[in-house]
Amino acid sequence: MAGQPDDTAPATGSDGALAEITPPYEGEYPIVIEGLRNAFGEHVVHDDLSLKVRRGEILGVVGGSGTGKSVLMRSIIGLQRPQAGRIEVFGKDITGAEPDQNIGVRSHWGVLFQGGALFSTLTVAENVEVPLKEFFPELATELRHEIARYKVVLTGLPADAASKFPSELSGGMRKRAGLARALALDPELLFLDEPTAGLDPIGAALLDDLIRNLTDTLGLTVFLITHDLDTLHAICDRVAVLADGQVVAIGTIPELLRSDHPWIQEYFNGPRARAATATADRRQRDGAAGPGAGGKALDRPAGQGA
Amino acid sequence: MREWADLDVQDGADGTIVALSGPLVIASIDRLDRKLRALDQPVAAIDLSNTQDIDTVGAWTVWRFARDHDARITGASEQASKLLEVVRGAQSDAAVAPPRGPTWIRVLGDIGITVTNLGHGVGRIVAFLGAAVVSFGAVLLHPRRFRIRALVRQMELVGVNSLFIIGLMSFLVGVVIAQQGAVQLAQFGAETLTINLVGRITLRELGVLMTSIMVAGRSGSAFAAQLGTMKLTEEIDAMRTIGVSPMEALVLPRILAAVLMMPLLGFYASVVAIIGGATISHLTLGIPFMTFLARIQEVVPIYDLYVGLIKAPVFGLIVALTGCYQGMQVEGNAEEVGLRTTQAVVQAIFMVIVLDAFFAVFFTELGW
Repeated sequence: MAGQPDDTAPATGSDGALAEITPPYEGEYPIVIEGLRNAFGEHVVHDDLSLKVRRGEILGVVGGSGTGKSVLMRSIIGLQRPQAGRIEVFGKDITGAEPDQNIGVRSHWGVLFQGGALFSTLTVAENVEVPLKEFFPELATELRHEIARYKVVLTGLPADAASKFPSELSGGMRKRAGLARALALDPELLFLDEPTAGLDPIGAALLDDLIRNLTDTLGLTVFLITHDLDTLHAICDRVAVLADGQVVAIGTIPELLRSDHPWIQEYFNGPRARAATATADRRQRDGAAGPGAGGKALDRPAGQGA
Repeated sequence: MREWADLDVQDGADGTIVALSGPLVIASIDRLDRKLRALDQPVAAIDLSNTQDIDTVGAWTVWRFARDHDARITGASEQASKLLEVVRGAQSDAAVAPPRGPTWIRVLGDIGITVTNLGHGVGRIVAFLGAAVVSFGAVLLHPRRFRIRALVRQMELVGVNSLFIIGLMSFLVGVVIAQQGAVQLAQFGAETLTINLVGRITLRELGVLMTSIMVAGRSGSAFAAQLGTMKLTEEIDAMRTIGVSPMEALVLPRILAAVLMMPLLGFYASVVAIIGGATISHLTLGIPFMTFLARIQEVVPIYDLYVGLIKAPVFGLIVALTGCYQGMQVEGNAEEVGLRTTQAVVQAIFMVIVLDAFFAVFFTELGW
């Protein structure tokens, strides 16, 4: 934070040690990737990959296993150094920053890792407090506890889950706890790596609804990696398809369906995809009936999970 | 300079109005939060008309103040109203950490838990030894189930890979014993007894003892950490469901490898220590290297070698058993792996030294 190359008013006065409050990002594209190349030895994962994420959208990222969805996310959040290319987050070039380098944007994004990646020796609430303590040590302990508590409830966990350790939680609760930690700093940008993987359809649908609601009320931009066709239909504004080391198509699902890329056709027209489409249609038709997401998730076509 | 959110207390028509100003976001809220908490007069309304950006932390602070003072919230922007609605639905008074009792109760409780764990621990490790023996018996009855490759691999890790470090350590121990012994014995003009000293002490005691300590540090800890991590990642559960007994596949090869390699390592350590003693004697005491080795044959009773070689497999068993046992006890989180690994090494070394004392008394009574 301190010492970041900031072009706004210079830091003066007694609070010089504390950084400027960065105003919310107003530009159109919080994430801009150009000509990204990632390779592990001989194996090229990304080659000349370009992608722009619009502010306020939920962008679903799909692709077969091994097409580098997680590597792409790790590149953006700085855990993986690309061989070539440019990555801009909130208009700041962060290409090639060290994983623990101070780049001034880390307090503006939240990341939910696939397994939750909760700190196992801390309770859920203490997990949420970690980024708070790290970035805003001046906050009163009482306020920090309050923030942790309401974030826990906000993500749909029962209030008493706050004092539980990650090992005492179920898989779905761990995802929500991870989401609570990702949301701890009220980020503008949220990275979700397969949030619904390993959840039952009802739990997955509830989590989808939660993500959509939070995105709308908190004004988030979400970069969402998923294999879950229901998630794509239910909450994603646009979908980016990774194949052959590049983004081969990006757009709404109807737009993608018009593409003639064989993988996209197979992906969106397979038997599972048709079932998901049917569910999505029904959800849309029942949309006015009420907000009971669990109920809607129940009346899926038989054989959906097959 | 960071712009902090601030407040202004005004008198309105129907009571006190707290007017907030500045950005109500997490980075700017701290001072306002403290001021609001310190405010203890009745407040009719809290006004947000002069505020700028707001996030859920700001909304929470405002909403909590309104709740505690039973005040109205006025002048909220569209975004602010939305966020106020969000935090209203998410209020919670739950604890953020499990409740902790008074210190003296926790101290007493911890002592009690430690004592009972000690008692149960002895029982459990004996049970673990029993289970290992049973699965060894089962393997003897069905030799084809025996995992010879795993055993060879563990023998390499426990034995071959530690040859250098154990050799270096033993050589230096031999040097130190010979050199320090000679200084003391010279007072009686009995420097030649250095040979007896080095030969007997290394073959009988130090060779095996130092080797056990080194193996506990190298391999006992590795066993505990490996099995503990496999336990955490549910690999051990997966093995059980496939029908592979972790006892046979993981524990038995490790225990057998330690039991088989310890006598070899102990003997090797003693030999290298004698070479170290001979080298330093050759260099500083004027006892030729070959004379030193020849005298060893004459002054060291063969029983000393037997004593060392009998103790070695027992020590190997203890080291491997505690390592595997502690690894299999891991549950819950990553911290436990570290804790159990430490315990494995500490217990193994402690038990080896205690047992060595018993052996010393036992063999002396036997007249060896």
